[in-house]
Amino acid sequence: MAHGSKSGRGLTFYLLTIFFVLFILFLYGPMIAIFILSFQGETGGMTFPMRGVSTHWFNDLFASTRYGDLAGSFKRSIMLGAIAMLITVVVSFFAGLAFRRRFFGSGPVFYLAIISLVMPGILVSLGIGQMFQTMGIRPHWLVSGLGAHLSWTLPFGLLIMFAVLNRFDSSWEEAARDAGASPIGVLRYVTLPILYPGLIAVALFGLTLSYDEFPRSLLAVGTKNTLPIHIATLTSNVTTPALYAIGTLTTALSLGLIVLAFGAIGASQRRHKK
Amino acid sequence: MNKTIISWLQVLPMATILIAFVGIPLATVVSLSFWTFDGLEYYPDFTFENYTKVFSSWVTWKIFFNTIRYAVITWAIALVIGFTVSYYLVFHVRNLKIQIALFLLCTIPFWTSTVIRMISWIPFLGREGLFNNALMSAGFVDQPLEFLLFSDFAVILTYVNLFTLFMIVPIFNAMVKINPNVIEAALDAGASQIQILWNVIIPLTRTGIALGTIFVMTLVMGDFFIVRVMSGGQSTSVVSAMKNNIDQLFYPQAAAMAVLLIAVVVFMVSAILRVVDVRAELAK
Repeated sequence: MAHGSKSGRGLTFYLLTIFFVLFILFLYGPMIAIFILSFQGETGGMTFPMRGVSTHWFNDLFASTRYGDLAGSFKRSIMLGAIAMLITVVVSFFAGLAFRRRFFGSGPVFYLAIISLVMPGILVSLGIGQMFQTMGIRPHWLVSGLGAHLSWTLPFGLLIMFAVLNRFDSSWEEAARDAGASPIGVLRYVTLPILYPGLIAVALFGLTLSYDEFPRSLLAVGTKNTLPIHIATLTSNVTTPALYAIGTLTTALSLGLIVLAFGAIGASQRRHKK
Repeated sequence: MNKTIISWLQVLPMATILIAFVGIPLATVVSLSFWTFDGLEYYPDFTFENYTKVFSSWVTWKIFFNTIRYAVITWAIALVIGFTVSYYLVFHVRNLKIQIALFLLCTIPFWTSTVIRMISWIPFLGREGLFNNALMSAGFVDQPLEFLLFSDFAVILTYVNLFTLFMIVPIFNAMVKINPNVIEAALDAGASQIQILWNVIIPLTRTGIALGTIFVMTLVMGDFFIVRVMSGGQSTSVVSAMKNNIDQLFYPQAAAMAVLLIAVVVFMVSAILRVVDVRAELAK
């Protein structure tokens, strides 16, 4: 136990370190393997060994029509992700503020969010699709699809706001009010700047969860696919490393977003320290 | 303005979206389960036929059993790994910056595509995959092991790979909040490491364990894609059976099964929430 022992590391430490390293290998190993395999030579297959190194499969994605409208699916996913992100940030922010107090009706809303989180995605999808059909409206990725994505991103946004607001001291807001700030002024100059890093975290969740969402979209997006649905259908009929090339590209994009978000959080925290 | 009214206004967008895209859709699924399917189309009705069909078929019970088996095995493995990893990060990594960095390392895959991470196992597990090649070149086996890909083994391996981080995050959060003085005190009172683990750390992380359990169980029970691809179509879970029904337009029957699944999930989650008050614990 680190807190107790002042002496050197015991055997437990080394065993646990080995366990941890193995877990990280287990977590990342397969992903790293497909990154390498996506640069497979032209004659190579879906498994090792590598037969040369090339960007053939990446070029193939853009050149060939074999993979359907990948660019379209990608555009739709990015757009859905951006819209879902904006809505998630704004809606979770205000809901989080409301939940600082217990009020009549707060329980049911909280449990509805939890239900949304734990429900199998395809059930939500089936329900949304059926609801639109009953209303006589055709499912569209920007309407029913967006709703399906929000049912997934909003509960996460709310939970993060709970965690963020835990460390938020309301006396700052009171001080501003006592100094004569209007409610809008308090929000603009006190609450928002302090909660800014937390809101970036909510944005990161909103964007990436929506971008990678698959089961909830399935029966709710209508005729035009999002990228994850598109990739899922490709898994059954593409048997070349091109599949891994898609994986490499989309994972690289997700990782880029994570780096960007953490960079923004870090920058804002450094600014605060000054 | 009244404070309650302000709270209502603030929560209104969230409530509206959740009611429109979760509440009403789930109610729709429930009502759909009473509709009739005549072999070509389905239309509104109030019949229990779908339920009798679902309940009377032994296949239903078999796939429910199979799904719960997957969920329990995955949960047990994820719990052991998640607890051990969190324990290591919280109590054995002394540098706070390294601790945060390693924790992030465990969580980054959460923000990447599950479909892609599932596919990533295929080059490992196949007949000519990395495992088999390694085992054969080391001389452990003469022939490639067939059970690695397209089997229960592959399904559970993928589940553990994808979902363990949902166990790590809540357990880590709970463990980090344990006051070091409590452990000091136990040490001073002469407790052994095992006693501290069993009597101090595990009870104080039970919220994290409960949350992780909810996540892992519901994720496994809600999956249809991994079980379909990684078992090579040989194994069925509740949701993959439902998906088959949907593909064949047997919507009402799929809905009846869905209602049964909702009942199981809600029962399980509320049982866990009864033991630990998650909302109160989150507010700590």
